[in-house]
Amino acid sequence: MRKVLLPTIIIIAASLLVIRIFYLQIIDDSFKLKSENNAIKKVYDYPERGYIYDRNGKLLVANQASYDIMVIPREIKKDLNIDEFCALLNITPEEYHKRVAKAKVYSPRLPSVFLSQLNKNEFAAFQEKIRKYEGFYFQKRSLRDYEVDYGANIFGFITQVNEKLIAQNPYYNSGDLIGKQGVEQSYEEILRGIKGVKYIQKDKYNREIGPYKEGKYDTIAVAGEDINLTIDAELQKYGEELMINKRGGIVAIEPKTGEILSLITAPSYDPGILVGRQRSKNYTLLYNDSIAKPLYDRGLLAEYPPGSPFKILTGLVALQEGVIDEEKFSVSCHHGFSYARGRFMRCHCSGGQLQLHRGIYQSCNTYFATAYMRTINKYTKPGAAVDIWSNHVKSFGLGQFMGYDLPTGKRGNIPTSKTYKRIYPNGGWRSTAIVSNAIGQGEVLMTPIQLANMMATIANQGYYYTPHIIKKIEGEKIDPKFTTKHVTTIDQKYFTPIISGLFDVYNRGTAYSLRVEGIDICGKTGTAENFAKINGKRTQLKDHSIFVAFAPKDNPKIAIAVMIENGGFGATVAGPIASLMIEKYLRKKITRTDLEIRVLNKSLAAEYAKVAPPNPASIIESVPKDSVLRAKIIVPKPVVPKPEAKKTAVDTTKKN
Amino acid sequence: MKNQSVKNNIDWISVFIYIALVTLGWLNIYSSSLLSTDGTYQKQLIFICCTIPLIFVVLFVDGKFYEKYASIIFGVALLSLAGLFLFGKTIAGQRCWYAIGSFTLQPSEFAKAATSLALAKYLSDTQINLKETNRQIQALAIMLLPVLLILPQPDPGSALIYSAFILVLYREGLPSWYVWTGFITIILFVLTLVLEPYAVIIMAFVVLAIIHFKGRAVDRNIILSGILLILISGFVFSVDYVFDNVFKQHHRDRFNILLGKTVDMKGIGYNTNQSEIAIGSGGWIGKGFLEGTQTKGGFVPEQHTDYIFTTVGEEWGFAGSFVVILLFVSLLLRVIYLAERQKTKFSRVYGYCVAAILFIHFFVNIAMVIGIFPTIGVPLPFFSYGGSGLWGFTILLFIFLKMDANKVNEW
Repeated sequence: MRKVLLPTIIIIAASLLVIRIFYLQIIDDSFKLKSENNAIKKVYDYPERGYIYDRNGKLLVANQASYDIMVIPREIKKDLNIDEFCALLNITPEEYHKRVAKAKVYSPRLPSVFLSQLNKNEFAAFQEKIRKYEGFYFQKRSLRDYEVDYGANIFGFITQVNEKLIAQNPYYNSGDLIGKQGVEQSYEEILRGIKGVKYIQKDKYNREIGPYKEGKYDTIAVAGEDINLTIDAELQKYGEELMINKRGGIVAIEPKTGEILSLITAPSYDPGILVGRQRSKNYTLLYNDSIAKPLYDRGLLAEYPPGSPFKILTGLVALQEGVIDEEKFSVSCHHGFSYARGRFMRCHCSGGQLQLHRGIYQSCNTYFATAYMRTINKYTKPGAAVDIWSNHVKSFGLGQFMGYDLPTGKRGNIPTSKTYKRIYPNGGWRSTAIVSNAIGQGEVLMTPIQLANMMATIANQGYYYTPHIIKKIEGEKIDPKFTTKHVTTIDQKYFTPIISGLFDVYNRGTAYSLRVEGIDICGKTGTAENFAKINGKRTQLKDHSIFVAFAPKDNPKIAIAVMIENGGFGATVAGPIASLMIEKYLRKKITRTDLEIRVLNKSLAAEYAKVAPPNPASIIESVPKDSVLRAKIIVPKPVVPKPEAKKTAVDTTKKN
Repeated sequence: MKNQSVKNNIDWISVFIYIALVTLGWLNIYSSSLLSTDGTYQKQLIFICCTIPLIFVVLFVDGKFYEKYASIIFGVALLSLAGLFLFGKTIAGQRCWYAIGSFTLQPSEFAKAATSLALAKYLSDTQINLKETNRQIQALAIMLLPVLLILPQPDPGSALIYSAFILVLYREGLPSWYVWTGFITIILFVLTLVLEPYAVIIMAFVVLAIIHFKGRAVDRNIILSGILLILISGFVFSVDYVFDNVFKQHHRDRFNILLGKTVDMKGIGYNTNQSEIAIGSGGWIGKGFLEGTQTKGGFVPEQHTDYIFTTVGEEWGFAGSFVVILLFVSLLLRVIYLAERQKTKFSRVYGYCVAAILFIHFFVNIAMVIGIFPTIGVPLPFFSYGGSGLWGFTILLFIFLKMDANKVNEW
């Protein structure tokens, strides 16, 4: 027995060691990562972000150098002239001490950021003397430089990645920049390029002792690609100018291609304020403005019952279904339509016997309600009928995400039999119950870009391309889905009478006063009712003003939808803006200067103030500053005096 | 003629394992000190070269010499330990070295071999019977004399090594309750630190009760069980007291880290944490020779000495660690096998001493590095950097190999 003890202990002890080592090396895999964090430092080489141009090659977004002042606290000389140093950087001595103390807490031996994102001017004075200040040095970074002060909603902005995204996407590390919203987000991977990485072996003091494995795993940065947008910069700028003191959205599309010519939301802001040292302050201001919502892209997101413009589709479907025709079918209107017992739909047309043509240009509710009811009543089951109607309408890209290349959107709504099963669980509904759909109310919801796309489809007489904002990517093809034709379920021949009706909206109808000499515009006014809670009471506000159009009538070049919040009747604000935009795009100059002045001076501030007083952020909701049109604007008195202190948040460096 | 006999009779298996361990040791020291500028791996290479004449001297000395002069060698060793108090050089708070110019020598590394010889000499007397209390005391005295000189240096690691001789004494007839008491003491010690003292006493009570009622009727001795329980309670409370009041904070910390009670990875837990990271990041086959990031970065403190096994773990992975452990186990079992076939009691006891000492170094060192034993300064034989250690272990082993090679001539 005594001989066996020692060998036994040796074998048991050795097994114990092997088991423990097996656990450490094979089972517990946390050590690999710990070891990498310990010993290998990754140094990234960030490529320059791609530039953004408009459709004509005008540079919209470039990059600018920005400088971070770095400090290694231990290397600061004791005889540093703090006052002189602070004066150069425009900080107070208290701030200096606070920042140095903070850097010291991080590490006295390692560099930390002392002051970040200085622009060229701020840095210039300091640069000459930086050699005097031991312990301080600078690091160059690349930030966005906006060549224009409009289009913020199109560009989006650059921000630091958040923790959630870092966890999801291994490409990003803490502190990396990423595009948010707009094309910066949609085309992030193209614009950003691919960062290069160098692996550096560190020792226990965190000092670098050379490349890891002789740089075997190092990669070289790939520069970001430049992109051209479909946006017409001049049109975009003009649209934003027209939207001064209004809230709403404008979307203009080139019908032949689906290219978005302008995408305007108001209020907006100067994209330049989200760059540099004031970025986070400004962003917070914009973000917190829950009333004017400058970060909310109304062109893409504002869902409303479209009102009258929807009658175009009602007519087209009725024609396709054969329940009306161009000549023979007519409706008699007596300032309204009694569609069921005790139910009356008012109408503003001039009355009498109407055919399709006058029905359109006078926007007769009775005509289209009748046409719609005939469409539904054509089938024995109203559910089946609604689905047939719904499919026709959806072939225009409505009631669904359109698949355009911007990161935000809304589906809108086109009701189906399911919708009404939900509303009327016991059935028993007939065409009369859903007749509001005929005139673009009821359950129908559309966004401005859907309205614009609808107009583009009508201009094309039955097809559209998915709206998109990318025109060209350097060295790459754009997504083939943007060059795929979508054909509607409506035969081409039915578009002709509709277009002729829309043409007479300008010649004889609701948009008569908005004509532009020499340009054949087809359009349609609309209004959308809306409500808000004021003092806890549901109150009807002034209607949203809507206008859709395309031009020229033959060979259309632009289709447009304009939505102005609380603008009233379609022809008062939205209509003039549509006309001006069309003229601007087709002619590059404005002949209807009377309209222009009227629009520029139209302020809805008082209307908006009814719901809520202006927010501090409205100060930075910008209008194009180099606008020659500004002179023509009579600046309305602000309803509530804006506090002076808030102004400090605005980065003024760009204006100088 | 003599030369011929050594060459033919020496146990080449042990020699080859020895050469393999020393070579692997140097490769790992090379890797871990490649970026340091104080010539660590060059010096170790010189130390290794010096072992060659040393081995020849050990092998050419007459086989009888060691038995004859065991007591004198032991005396010289004790004197050299005692001399440290007068002439010793203090490095990092420990007075363990003689300095000769820039060169240092650690006598405690050689004292292990000397004590082994003394113990073997004492036990080889046919009159000695370890069942007798007197003999037990004398044997333990030989063991404890160097410990008394080493502990105050202070060098608890080296002192700990001498507990290995208990295993040798057991082989030679020490009553088995010594060993059992030792085991139970260790278990109680650890349990007391992990749990509350009362919980340990209740556990002891339950175990004793089970043994009392389930055991054989002849073993039922209520008085003995009662005395055992009182002894255990006393031990548990004194451990609790000693740990809290006698131990210094850094001793307590070492135990607390091991038991997972403290997780201060930047401070006191740094060593263990870093060595676990280095080993744990090795995976199946390691990062490759000279490719260990932790090794290159110097994250593991004392990596070329007590923590040399971390380099093995990081750069050679589980495969390499397993091979090294296998080499050690083979050597130990080989030495025990050789010891058992010795013709004289002297060389058998000495062989056991060699196995026990190498084993306790091997186990305590690796167990410490992989975090299952408190941090204590014990080198890994043949691996760790240091001339005294390498030479001490080489002499220890080769004296035995000489005895083994000589056994045929002893008739």
